[in-house]
Amino acid sequence: MIAIIDYKAGNLTSVKLAFDALGAESRITSDPAAIVAAERVVFPGVGAAASAMSNLRELGLEETVRQCAAQKPFLGICLGMQILFDHTEEDGGVDTLGIISGQVRRFRDLPGFKVPEIGWNQVDFTDGENLGGAPLRAEYYFVHSYYAEICPWTAGTTEYAGVKFTAMVKKDRLWACQFHPEKSGRIGLALLDDWLKS
Amino acid sequence: MLTKRIIPCLDVRGGRVTKGVKFKNNVDLGDPVEMAVKYSDGGADELVFYDITASAEHRPIDIGMVAAVAKSIRIPFAVGGGISSVADMERVILAGAEKISVNSLAVRNPGIIAEGAKAFGRQCMVLGMDPVRSANPACKSGYEVTTRGFREWTGMDAVEWARRAAELGAGEIVVNSVDADGTRAGFEHEITGKIAAAVEVPVVASGGAGRPEHFVGVFKETACDAAIVAGMIHSGEWTLAQIKDALFAAGIPVRMMW
Repeated sequence: MIAIIDYKAGNLTSVKLAFDALGAESRITSDPAAIVAAERVVFPGVGAAASAMSNLRELGLEETVRQCAAQKPFLGICLGMQILFDHTEEDGGVDTLGIISGQVRRFRDLPGFKVPEIGWNQVDFTDGENLGGAPLRAEYYFVHSYYAEICPWTAGTTEYAGVKFTAMVKKDRLWACQFHPEKSGRIGLALLDDWLKS
Repeated sequence: MLTKRIIPCLDVRGGRVTKGVKFKNNVDLGDPVEMAVKYSDGGADELVFYDITASAEHRPIDIGMVAAVAKSIRIPFAVGGGISSVADMERVILAGAEKISVNSLAVRNPGIIAEGAKAFGRQCMVLGMDPVRSANPACKSGYEVTTRGFREWTGMDAVEWARRAAELGAGEIVVNSVDADGTRAGFEHEITGKIAAAVEVPVVASGGAGRPEHFVGVFKETACDAAIVAGMIHSGEWTLAQIKDALFAAGIPVRMMW
């Protein structure tokens, strides 16, 4: 069973539908016990960092996320990746979970680059280990205004608005991606399948 | 590099995909889910569904169809038509759509853009607009906004409306030229370019695509981010791959592997 953590940070339907398409049983839940009992944990998220952090605390899920990120195959997606880092510039500056050391910054205004970045951008995987079905270079679907800086656990990079940023991190059993694999067609599904096999 | 998106548009009437010229003479093209899968497998970067008869018949959007599409494809899709409230938007998003497109509703009630953006994020809120060349002196850009499928002229300047919608929270603007719609003579570069230059959100060119070169043209001549394709692929005359090949050959960044 895969637990998809529901902490009122966006719509989780497409994440669940992607695992359905892979034939993997998943459940959307806010119940800490159900999350801790799951074999694998997905930590999605769309929206603002400050409300995501306060929702996590109100739902009593902060420690659950820390515990699962340390102990289980864990997959952060989009905002669910960003708040794994130490700090984000969003909402005037927010301290986040600090599970991965690094900073999340806003894209600078640069002529010709709209913020948020919305659409398909190329990811270059620097760590190809565990990638079976997904290619080492492909476009994935992004929707974001903030990005994580390159860090020692960066496993894939993307360029936008004059910066090269972390598109994916891998730290032991924890994977996290800025893009949305659940909305990235067959290649995104292949990446989710690679994670299921990791 | 962020790629330019090619977005097939599926006009749905009574549960079937249809296509007409200048919003008239609609013909049956097929099942929405089957066509969504075909285009997703064929290289579409996103899809948009317009429930074109929903508003005129005062019928709510077909949530079952939205859910069936969401289950069948793994790329983002937008849904428009038949939406009259934030509660309607929520049902569409919970069924698995990525974006909501509002058009006539937003003209009647611009506040709905802000409400939707607040509830779901601006990336979910698309403003669709149907501008037409106009001599109305109130429309300084030379283009006037029409609504309800070209049935009503609003007296609103198209560029001003785009700017205001973006300020209210629209995360993307689809510029569907009434003059070009269904002609297959190419996109209307003038109004697309004017709006793309006026707003800081992505702009989608729509109406008039008939050949792959038309996509090269609109991406070279305007700052738009995406373009809608309909009749030229629905008819089987062209494929998405041919459009992507033409863009790639012209040096325009597109997603070539799917």
